[in-house]
Amino acid sequence: MDEAVGVESNQIHELGKRVMGNARLAEAYRSSTLRLYDHRRQAIAEVPGFEALRERARALKREVITHLDYYLEQFAASVERRGGKVHWAVDAREACALVIALARECGAKEVVKAKSMVSEEIELNHALETAGIRPVESDLGEYILQLANERPAHIVAPAIHKTRGDVADLFERHVDPHRAEEPEELTAVARQALRTVFAEAGMGVSGANFAVAETGTIVTVENEGNIRFSTTAPRVHVALVGIEKLIPRFQDLAVFLRLLGRSGTGQKLTSYTSILTGPRRLGEDGPDEMHVILIDNGRTRALADEKMREALYCIRCGACLNACPVYRKIGGHAYGWVYSGPIGALITPELAGLKQARELPFASSLCGACREVCPVKINIPDLLLHLRAQAQETAAATKPPGSPVREHTAMRLWAWLMTSSRRYAWSARWARIGQHLVARSGWIRSSRFFPLSAWTRDRDLPALAPRSFRQRWKDLESEEKDT
Amino acid sequence: MRVALFVTCLADQFYPGVSEATVKVLRRLGVEVSFDPAQTCCGQPAFNTGYREEARLVAARNLDLFANADADYIVSPSGSCTSMMRVFYRELFEHDPLRSAQAQAMAGRVFEFSEFVVKVLKVDDVGARFAHRVAYHDSCHLLRELGVAEEPRRLLRAVRDAELVELDDNRLCCGFGGTFAVKFPEVSAAMGADKIKAAAAIGAEYLVAGDSGCLMHLAGLIHRQGAKIKTIHLAEVLASH
Repeated sequence: MDEAVGVESNQIHELGKRVMGNARLAEAYRSSTLRLYDHRRQAIAEVPGFEALRERARALKREVITHLDYYLEQFAASVERRGGKVHWAVDAREACALVIALARECGAKEVVKAKSMVSEEIELNHALETAGIRPVESDLGEYILQLANERPAHIVAPAIHKTRGDVADLFERHVDPHRAEEPEELTAVARQALRTVFAEAGMGVSGANFAVAETGTIVTVENEGNIRFSTTAPRVHVALVGIEKLIPRFQDLAVFLRLLGRSGTGQKLTSYTSILTGPRRLGEDGPDEMHVILIDNGRTRALADEKMREALYCIRCGACLNACPVYRKIGGHAYGWVYSGPIGALITPELAGLKQARELPFASSLCGACREVCPVKINIPDLLLHLRAQAQETAAATKPPGSPVREHTAMRLWAWLMTSSRRYAWSARWARIGQHLVARSGWIRSSRFFPLSAWTRDRDLPALAPRSFRQRWKDLESEEKDT
Repeated sequence: MRVALFVTCLADQFYPGVSEATVKVLRRLGVEVSFDPAQTCCGQPAFNTGYREEARLVAARNLDLFANADADYIVSPSGSCTSMMRVFYRELFEHDPLRSAQAQAMAGRVFEFSEFVVKVLKVDDVGARFAHRVAYHDSCHLLRELGVAEEPRRLLRAVRDAELVELDDNRLCCGFGGTFAVKFPEVSAAMGADKIKAAAAIGAEYLVAGDSGCLMHLAGLIHRQGAKIKTIHLAEVLASH
């Protein structure tokens, strides 16, 4: 199977520690995720029947994903009927090649980009640069990241980890030597730099929050107005659409738009919702050409797995990231690719290959906070468990440092001990004898051997009780008889 | 009413006092409690780490063991082990009709301790006394797999002289997470430290929970830090006079 390049997901341990060891970064993640989490909570409290809305959205997504072939054909026909052109891309390479070919066709030397996770996934900017075409990110967060040469750290708020000072530094170095400090000034600097690009770029590239099969409509939501600008000002608009983005009918937007803003940022609606159906018609504004590139890039592989296909219901609101206590600690870049947090731990293995991301499903305490906030009710912990089982089958765990045996061997031994009460009691007896060597006044404080070594890194382990419950049960039984 | 106890391997080996307290409270409420020493672990360590074959071996043994138990209910002082037996056994054996039926039957009989006392025995006040300021920590499986949040609080509110206080963001995980605790030890410990800080911030003397896993993790952090707050299992609070 094709594997995506530049996937560093198996380094999540090291990458995560970098964030935890950096007080400024750690605080940026903590405060931003808590703020978004809280905004969501307040926003959904105002909606009666929010739970029913989630159920409805889930049912709609299930319908689309289980009959994706049908809806894709319907969508493609609808786009063409409205004068748009549909292209199909099997993988990232094909998708990038299509964008480059379209840019060359219309003679665009510069491409203005709206925020799009799928464009990050296919590494479009890199491909465009290699082809001699300059991509300019127009979303403020993405613009900041383009200057910093970084991947998004969050699905919705890509520069969530950047402080005002970081942005001031970047702008001073790359955009305007006159240093700005205040958010308003910084925004003005970006706006100034981007205005000329909007006016001159020959082509605009966007993603899509939703693609309506019935009408061939691309729907985008945003707060800055840059997506509307990027999709309407240039002569050519190219929309990159992951094939899971479809929804059946136009009226279904009423369900999804009520969920998306509230779940993502706590907004009733984002400042801009663009509903784009075909290129401009006579006497109206808009691009002369509208192209839609439908991208697979591993999605049909996920679709083939009846259990895992549920991850394709995701509408990329980012709520699970904000709710996740692990994401809050290790940040988005630790996940080693473009998608982070609980949903990233599901779709990165699906899209980039499980071998390259086998550590991700383990980066969860399985607390279920993600499932609680998911607007389409994806059973994330259950899918993580499923992926863990797949990971052990397809990419066996390496020996943890300090472990005398491989993990699977240890688990086999454990199962052998646990399938006989005699062996269980016997091993407990030996552990009681053995712990005299390491326990001091009832606690084990350090060890060279895994998993004790990992446990005692930051915490102590209580020693086994002098007598187990089963040893004390006889006394309890006689107590019962005496009374 | 007869109850077969599933004490859990953690409580059996590390915290036998938790199991004893469970027995004591149930007996006080007129329940006949049995314990089959053939039991070992629920199988969760293997299941949560992705070793389903190994988990099935252990789970199948429990299914047989408790299918034959002469009891109306199975009760366990752990939200996590109860979730394993009620929710995840069915998933483990979804392709095995015989085991699947057994798992289905078990799912209807197995209860976590606090939910059993409140929902089945319909008792809030077990006659306990515990003169301390306590914060209840919702363990994740108990809260989200079993949907038990109100029952432990009702029991704690009825305890004489105890003052129940709520943690800020009380639905937040403590970071134990089974093998997660040793696979991501730094993250796990950092999450636990937040929980301890939250408990200290509201002046709680005790962190109370219904899962020995969370408590072992939190107690280990507290001991390492030399912090003042103590941990205790809900059953032990309810067994106090």
